Amino acid sequence: MEQTSPSSPGTRVRSSLNPEAVAANAPIIEFRRAGKVFEDGTHAVDDVSFQVRPEEIVAIVGPSGCGKSTLLRMASGLSPATSGEVDSSPERLGYVFQDATLLPWRNVQRNVELFGELRGAPKEERTRLAREVIDLVGLKGFERHYPKALSGGMKMRVSLARSLTMKPPLFLFDEPFGALDEITRERLNDELLRLFATEDFAAIFITHSVNEAVYLSNRVLVMSPRPGRIIGEFAVPFAFPRSADLRFEPDFARLSGEISHALRSELT
Amino acid sequence: MSVEARPDAGLDTARSGTAAADPVKPARRSHAAGLFSNLAPPLVVFVAFIAFWYAVSYLVLEESQRFLLPPPHDVFIVSFLDTVNLTEILDALLSTTQVALVGLVIAIAIGVSFAVLMSLGKWVERSLYPYAVILQTVPILAIVPLIGFWFDFNFRSRVIVCVIIALFPIITNTLFGLQSVDQEMHDLFTLHKASRWTRLLKLQIPHALPAIFAGFRISAGLSVIGAIVGDFFFRQGEPGIGRLLDVYRAGLQSEQLFAALFFSSLLGLAVFWFFGLFGHLLTRHWRDTSGQQF
Repeated sequence: MEQTSPSSPGTRVRSSLNPEAVAANAPIIEFRRAGKVFEDGTHAVDDVSFQVRPEEIVAIVGPSGCGKSTLLRMASGLSPATSGEVDSSPERLGYVFQDATLLPWRNVQRNVELFGELRGAPKEERTRLAREVIDLVGLKGFERHYPKALSGGMKMRVSLARSLTMKPPLFLFDEPFGALDEITRERLNDELLRLFATEDFAAIFITHSVNEAVYLSNRVLVMSPRPGRIIGEFAVPFAFPRSADLRFEPDFARLSGEISHALRSELT
Repeated sequence: MSVEARPDAGLDTARSGTAAADPVKPARRSHAAGLFSNLAPPLVVFVAFIAFWYAVSYLVLEESQRFLLPPPHDVFIVSFLDTVNLTEILDALLSTTQVALVGLVIAIAIGVSFAVLMSLGKWVERSLYPYAVILQTVPILAIVPLIGFWFDFNFRSRVIVCVIIALFPIITNTLFGLQSVDQEMHDLFTLHKASRWTRLLKLQIPHALPAIFAGFRISAGLSVIGAIVGDFFFRQGEPGIGRLLDVYRAGLQSEQLFAALFFSSLLGLAVFWFFGLFGHLLTRHWRDTSGQQF
């Protein structure tokens, strides 16, 4: 894992995963008894410990307001832990919110180029990379469209593409498909699995849908109401690549049932 | 299936073959019909207004009092068809327009700069904003004599009145626009190491453009008022329309008085409309502006 000192910001931009670290399967991010108390006294996250290893997808489910989003902000470094530690958060992150957060005054191509632009990547490289990932998320032909002309699902694809240009080793998903209809959502779940397979990134995926969590992840963590703690961990044994029919398998239903049960037990 | 041909339907719909959750846009009316339905209501009001004017002129006022409100056609004949009067009014209008535009440009430069400064730090905003409010609340007529006292009774003082009166809406609207960017958007810029300057140029200013232009539009109307107020008080140099209004009043030339009033309103309307249109043209390709008027 890279550990560049803060005094040399120039070298951080282009650094990538240390191959030796990957070989050793060191965690890409690690929470060690991490907690967060806001200045106003709100205790959002309490004593959370878990690891995410390269190419692993960890889903987190929990009731609304349990500090899931805070957990991701801690993982990204945007909001440092007030107790415990969050270790070796990678420098390049994909961060995808429920809102696509596109710049409405930029067309698809220019939106996808944004992060490269902010980090000072040369114009030529930016354009090429943007074309590549737009193709990858199935938006070829829409480069010149403005966000106002796109559907919710398409905006989410643009948002994904924009982060993919960074080739991030870790993606943080904050209920990305929560506002979409079920058909679009399942479609994007499959596309995401395909991207996981081809692009080799790890992910923390927050959702309030147990089915989505099980379908996408290697592991599901269950969080309690605030202050958010991890109260259950479930390994998801199904092999990749997964197909839509998996959702109707008895084993899938049984695991989803157990997770739902764990969620509900904490609420009563 | 041609996907490009139907951008609104969306890729997801096109692929899954099912109606997605996209709201269907209402069918657009034809352009001509739309124009008519936009113009018809104000036109009706205009006709009613002229009729009311005639009624007051001829039915309410005695002939000896008719100078208080001469009928519309008299106003039209005396001030629009008589070239001497028309030239006098248009010259004054030109002088007032110059004052208003110079004042507005200065107000825009100062207002936007102050708003940007205030957006950079909470403490800058806290230290400057009260004075912006005072500038807005101080009675302009009360400080006008002081301005003349300090800066002479000429063009410069008229411009200063304009700037004072036009500044506040620009500051508040620009500041509001710069500060109303979503936290998530800011987070992404932070995550990708954007500098303060980049954040301002690539995120906050484009985001604020519609609000900034709303401010310009309000201030454009105010700057015309400021120029006319300035004309009233600062009488050195070329006479503006405000001074002419006073001259006509003193001479009981009510037809000219009404014409001057008409033209000064037209000026206010023109700058207001110009900034509305300019802002609209600048942002229409990305803003969802269905049903918006300018």
